[in-house]
Amino acid sequence: MSYLDNKTPIPGTIMFDGSKARKGYGLNKMCYSLNDQSARDEFASDEMAYCEKFGLTEGQKEAIKNRDVIGLLEQGGSIYFLAKFTGGLGLNMQDIGAIQTGMTVEEFRAKLVKAGE
Amino acid sequence: MAKIIGAIGSSHIPAIGVAIAKKIQETPYWKNFFDGFAPVHDWLAKEKPDVAIVFYNDHGLEFFLDKKPTFSIGAAKEYISYDEGWGIDTIPPVIGDEDLSWHICNELVEDEFDITICQELGIDHGLTVPMQLMWPGNAYSHMKVIPVVINCEQHPMPSLKRCFDLGRSIGKAVESYDKDLKVVVLGTGGLSHQLDGQRAGLINREFDTMCMDKLVNDPEELFKYSIRDITEIAGSQGVELNMWMGMRGALSGKVTELHRNYVIPISNTGAGTMLLSHEPVSKK
Repeated sequence: MSYLDNKTPIPGTIMFDGSKARKGYGLNKMCYSLNDQSARDEFASDEMAYCEKFGLTEGQKEAIKNRDVIGLLEQGGSIYFLAKFTGGLGLNMQDIGAIQTGMTVEEFRAKLVKAGE
Repeated sequence: MAKIIGAIGSSHIPAIGVAIAKKIQETPYWKNFFDGFAPVHDWLAKEKPDVAIVFYNDHGLEFFLDKKPTFSIGAAKEYISYDEGWGIDTIPPVIGDEDLSWHICNELVEDEFDITICQELGIDHGLTVPMQLMWPGNAYSHMKVIPVVINCEQHPMPSLKRCFDLGRSIGKAVESYDKDLKVVVLGTGGLSHQLDGQRAGLINREFDTMCMDKLVNDPEELFKYSIRDITEIAGSQGVELNMWMGMRGALSGKVTELHRNYVIPISNTGAGTMLLSHEPVSKK
């Protein structure tokens, strides 16, 4: 039996499994393309037109527009590929953590420090 | 014959590469972390390995989701670090050892590991940050490197036991290679962290400490944790423990912990550093 047969959700955690990989294929492919500067320039000049090239759904496009990281994860985004989108916006992993947890960046950083105490 | 002389566990967080680029290693945030590499540098200077086998994961530079191998081995003349999309510096090319790579690949398939053999492999921070940590100033031109890539991005992922066994087979392959080479094994990534989801920011000091303890003398004890368990206890990216399992699997006989450091937080992570030596039981 696969460990993925356990369907009990892990709180606050979105497992990137086959169903997410299928749902998010175009979205992740778009983000993967952003490894290249020319793609980042094209994305920056017209984000929605660029998303359409990769067949993103309306929901995914909306989440890109709103920088809605949780929404992107729920719609099949993988954090590793999304990091290329958010990183291009100048956001680091503490910024992303703050967005996802609804904290300020200072609060999120304090939470990390507290984990070490 | 080739010989594995020891192993080094290390984080590969991108922020480390950024800190190196900004030369802020001595600032209060970073000092404890970077100081933890001094004994590793001394050991490398004394032992002078010729080859580093580096277990890491590819965070979406070389591999997209169109093809996602569970285990990949580099068999290239050199490995190039490319733009990852968000500004981390690339490093000079890393030199490979094609002969040893192919020997390891031959032995692994014989041992029933169905690996992907890569004659071209772009390397990301998973490999470049550890290179910068081990050989500051990118002073690694004397080293040959064999990348071993483990899927840590898309479920299903291999079990801790499977990664340990992969390491064991790689260790055996090295010991059967008929050139006098000194080989160090690097396990990179981890330890506990979670980047994604409403629970982002999870770090588990107690679990990381237990894992590092068990890695020394009782690694099999960790086999009881499934990838789901690791995700739950140590976070979505806590599964990078698999690279440390591979590293540990390559050691045999009596294993000695020469050095350890553990710093929270480095970026969003519990950052572990470990130096292990071993005394393999000699084969008659």
